[in-house]
Amino acid sequence: MNQPFDYVEMKIPAKPEFVGVIRLTLSGIANRIGFTYDEIEDLKIAVSEACTNAVQHAYHAKEAGEVVVGFALYRDRLEIVVADKGQSFNFKQERQKIGPYNKNDSVEYMREGGLGLYLIETLMDEVRIHQNDGVKVFMTKYLEGEKVETDAETIST
Amino acid sequence: MNIDIEIVEHNSVIKVSVRGEIDVYTAPKLREILFPLAEKENANIIVNLSDVIYMDSTGLGVFVGVFKSVRSNNGKFQLVGLSGRIKRLFEITGLAEIMDINSRMEGESL
Repeated sequence: MNQPFDYVEMKIPAKPEFVGVIRLTLSGIANRIGFTYDEIEDLKIAVSEACTNAVQHAYHAKEAGEVVVGFALYRDRLEIVVADKGQSFNFKQERQKIGPYNKNDSVEYMREGGLGLYLIETLMDEVRIHQNDGVKVFMTKYLEGEKVETDAETIST
Repeated sequence: MNIDIEIVEHNSVIKVSVRGEIDVYTAPKLREILFPLAEKENANIIVNLSDVIYMDSTGLGVFVGVFKSVRSNNGKFQLVGLSGRIKRLFEITGLAEIMDINSRMEGESL
């Protein structure tokens, strides 16, 4: 949990034309960590879905908002958070607020997200949705094989 | 980060070629072009996706809408030229079993 990580944050206007810009950055970051082509394509879809939901939410609420996307680069995984309220935040603190997955938390988000949320959950290894003054979607993808190793360590102790 | 859509009508078959990315930004443009075509009675629409380099649920949403509209107007709707990536998107969402995505393109070898 307290492993070192590098953190990259981007803030975009909550407008459809900027979602592709996030994908370009994400490709670069995921490539740096060592994800495969297929994994990067999965990441692009999952992160785009979360950004799409945030952008559409802002549109329906008639807000000229901003979307913040944070990337935490670990040795064995990439954690991404997409927040639909534009303020920056302390990734570490926010990360620790996330409790166990609560189905009820995401009901409203799910209604809006539909197929998008389904894809996020299918394509990522872990997904947590945190609803408190805006929606934050936390997503984790492990480098191939890394998740298994972590689990194996837990069992042996 | 954009989309090009080309329409060719030949012997009452409407062929639509899509090039680029289908996402929240470009999906409305695709919808705008496909929906009027789908509303015609007995329309026969073939959409070629072989030059689509990215697609997500926004694209699926457009194609599901077109598919429903074509069906209710007694037409035919096919998607051709899907990359492995895009085919997978239809498979994991269960749409591959409902929609025609496996037809071969004209001239494509077996």
